[in-house]
Amino acid sequence: MTTRTTTGVHSGIGTSVGRPDGEPKVTGNFAYASDLSADNMLWGATLRSPYAHARLVKLDIAPALAMAGVHAVLTQDDVPGEPRFGQEEQDQPVLCDGTAQYWGEPVAVVAAEDEETARLAAAAIVVEWEPLEPVVDPDAAVANGAAFREMKIRRGDEEAVGSIVVEGFYETAMQDQAPLGPEAGLAIPDGEGGLDLYITSQWIHVDHRQIIACLAMDPDQIRCHPAGIGGAFGSREDISVHIHVAMLSLATGRPVKMAYDRTESFVGHVKRHPARMWYRHEADDEGNLVKVTARLVLDGGGYAHTSRAVLANAAFFTVGAYRCDNVFVEAAVARTNNPPCGAMRGFGAVQTCFASEMQMDRLAEALDMDPLDLRRRNALAPGDAVATSGQIIEGSLPTIAAIDAVEAIPLPDLIEGDDPRLLPGGTGLTTPASSVVRGVGYAVGLKNLAFSEGFDDFAEARVVMTTSGVEVHTAAMEVGQGLVTVCQQIARTVLGTDRVAVVWDDTSQIGSAGSTSASRQTQMTGGAVHAAAVGLRDQIIAAHGGDELRDDGVYLKDERIATIDEVCVAGPVDCLVQFRHPETFPPDENGQGDVHAGFVVAAHRAVVDVDPELGLVRVVRVDTAQDVGTALNPQAITGQLEGGIMQGVGLAVMEQLVVKEGVILNPTFTDYLIPTFLDAPDVETRIIEEGDHWGPFGAKGIGESPTISSTPAIVAAINAATGQRLSKVPVLPGDIAGSG
Amino acid sequence: MGVGVSTSYGRSYSDRAFATDYRMPMEFTAAANLDELLDVKAQQPDAQLLAGGTDLMVAVNLAHHRPEQIVSLGRVEELKDVGSARIGAGTTWARLEQCQYTALAQAARTVGSPQIRAAGTIGGNIGTASPAGDGLPWIAAADAEIIVESKERGERIVPWREFFTGVKRTSLASDEVITGVTIPDNLPDAQEFAKVGTRNAMVIATVSCVVMRGDDGFRVALGSVAPTPMRATRAEEMINAESTISDAVLEEFGRIVQDEVQPITDHRSTEAYRRHAAGVLARRLVKRTLQ
Repeated sequence: MTTRTTTGVHSGIGTSVGRPDGEPKVTGNFAYASDLSADNMLWGATLRSPYAHARLVKLDIAPALAMAGVHAVLTQDDVPGEPRFGQEEQDQPVLCDGTAQYWGEPVAVVAAEDEETARLAAAAIVVEWEPLEPVVDPDAAVANGAAFREMKIRRGDEEAVGSIVVEGFYETAMQDQAPLGPEAGLAIPDGEGGLDLYITSQWIHVDHRQIIACLAMDPDQIRCHPAGIGGAFGSREDISVHIHVAMLSLATGRPVKMAYDRTESFVGHVKRHPARMWYRHEADDEGNLVKVTARLVLDGGGYAHTSRAVLANAAFFTVGAYRCDNVFVEAAVARTNNPPCGAMRGFGAVQTCFASEMQMDRLAEALDMDPLDLRRRNALAPGDAVATSGQIIEGSLPTIAAIDAVEAIPLPDLIEGDDPRLLPGGTGLTTPASSVVRGVGYAVGLKNLAFSEGFDDFAEARVVMTTSGVEVHTAAMEVGQGLVTVCQQIARTVLGTDRVAVVWDDTSQIGSAGSTSASRQTQMTGGAVHAAAVGLRDQIIAAHGGDELRDDGVYLKDERIATIDEVCVAGPVDCLVQFRHPETFPPDENGQGDVHAGFVVAAHRAVVDVDPELGLVRVVRVDTAQDVGTALNPQAITGQLEGGIMQGVGLAVMEQLVVKEGVILNPTFTDYLIPTFLDAPDVETRIIEEGDHWGPFGAKGIGESPTISSTPAIVAAINAATGQRLSKVPVLPGDIAGSG
Repeated sequence: MGVGVSTSYGRSYSDRAFATDYRMPMEFTAAANLDELLDVKAQQPDAQLLAGGTDLMVAVNLAHHRPEQIVSLGRVEELKDVGSARIGAGTTWARLEQCQYTALAQAARTVGSPQIRAAGTIGGNIGTASPAGDGLPWIAAADAEIIVESKERGERIVPWREFFTGVKRTSLASDEVITGVTIPDNLPDAQEFAKVGTRNAMVIATVSCVVMRGDDGFRVALGSVAPTPMRATRAEEMINAESTISDAVLEEFGRIVQDEVQPITDHRSTEAYRRHAAGVLARRLVKRTLQ
């Protein structure tokens, strides 16, 4: 991964280059997908199931079709191709095919002259339902064989016993990604029977594959273009409006736009799997882990989505960032009639990190040992075997360095003065300073990088030298994380020029970049850009017999032998690369094997002030030390760390979708609470740079790490403040106050 | 089972009764003054009053409510006074944050975000009559009265206990308009407000409480723990019979408050926590009024 040093390049790797989309977003000028429009455009609306489980007895679209301004009303009968879609398993009908499996499942879609008429028309469709008993208990579902996946991990000696044993049962709630930009898309007919689709997505090529299959169209007839995205966090890995808006546009021959409102967004994307986790940790008297036994049940909801991969992640990170030779896990993800779950930042590792870190604290207590010493003693390092899969860790994994670094950050002083905004309860004036106790808690989290279990994971990028600068072409989705600057910085550093622009290609112009998920794009698309830039540079240098490429041409022994105009005399010069990470393999029947491409670790320390009597919490600080491999853009890393911690705060103390009999009771921002600025802790970060064995310049993806161990650190801090052993998140006031 | 009610998504995914006809156009009028407002309500009693819109527009956007006619009182200057004897219904929370009534100002500060406080009014809070209305415990503790007016019958003063009749129900007649709240003469200076929510700002009350300490003793009012704002009268009687407020007295007082409230369990909290928090808040506020 070494490159020749280039001279005079600004804004290369290691600098905090500002984001080109930053100012337009802050000033309100950024064009999000929901802002798109086209001449002669119709609006789409979706009719959804009011039941979590019901048989569709009658569906009469005539009243909707009869309405003025309505141009199309489509049902499952109108799906021209494959009736079902899905990223891993094609199990969800495009529109309800006779039985609704979850509350809010799409039943019919309408296109009309305006948004209001479209919604009126959807409401005018006559539906008769025969309600069925919804399956809402994931344990019961698994017991009845209704599981998207069941897996076992069996490693070591099942008879092994430790002298110190702690057991616990833990639960995590259904969390929503709550991206600020709701799902939206615009389909524009190309006049030749095909469509251009402008959509919110994390992976336009996998959307494209599903869309063309359901529409029975050739790949080149549908072009998916990235549209402006306001956050994703996993919610855009699966199809939402995509096929519906395309069907409506094909049926009407006109541009059609669909945009969910907040409530429809809550219903219209997958969420974080709620989990129930039973754990048993056994250790020897010195605190060495001897055996970990666990049973995990995740609730996948009505359709598969990415449940299979989420379960694998939950299971493989059962033990967290620790060594243990004897590990036995039974894991299942249930098929129920609850809201479908899928990808969300941390992807299964969040759930088991919470449980296993609570277990480590209980174990430290049972051993009468410092919780950090226990963690250091068992910390996973390069060359060790991952406790679950047995995979030997290659590359860097600075677990102990992360623990040491976060511990070394000075602790904040106690809150002084009577500013209520700094006290639990905030401006509600609930809590005098005399009712506050402080707690400090730590947690460590481990996560895999990129796709696992033998998936053919690649990213394509093209780097082009032109007379006016360098272009980086990719179909990787910038969802707000800062990929655009990373691509520019890598190309600048390799090619020795500041002038680098990123061009977002559609699905017809370039191959897949893979998903913007699994913390993978910095390494995967970044890796592709790096390889393409190196290839381009070497190709240009070789063509002109030089030894260096600079901003203004090719050099030999510090003397310019060709200008950029001369390099491009026959037109732009380009290099296309398909980048792959080290090969991974599916696990064997015992869950063993080299299933992951790499690992990243982080440590968090939370400081909380708690009003134990009212159960109110103010998260004062969440500090973190993050393994980054190599820091390509320190400011972007800080942004990811702070933002990820906010989602960890949310799951720790407030965020949960309340689901009753399959129905979400709080699908609004009035009642689904996410942290406000007053709830946001101060964050101090330490970046740990130990280059990894793959990825551009040794960089690792860090998108998910900050969300994984921040939650248990906060709960550990609440436990420390109150002397409790909380075992579910979010921790609500009644859980602390002991009044349910 | 049976939680689904209607067909149109986006509009009906809950077990709330749902009977909105989207086809109705909404007609909008901005009354220039109180007379004009009363005229409209006399002629069209179904006209929906719009103040800051912070409740109404949420209901409209979620399609729980679709009024045919909307009358805005944003231009009715007569409703925007805060005097020594009355608070105009059109007074915004932003203004009330600065008012001389300590507990009302504290309550105003907890309403939504700065944008919501700039728009929302106390009259809207009274008209919506949500159990969680942030201004309502103060009205109950102050024993304020609601001033309503109609073209036909003129002004009418309604004690708060008669005004609030249930969850989002009031005794306001269809041709009437809420014009303000009376401020009783004997309003104690020692008055404190507190509100518990699951977030430290911008949150709907799980429990809210106002305690006032005056010549007649303590008054304790609570919100979000009953269908209407309520006074904890048994707890008031108990504490007002004591000569000194010891910790033991406060414990017993808090227990009576817990016993007296009638909260429910919903997606925001549980009955048990609301009872518990009501007792704690009342106790803490008694202490605060003594400081």
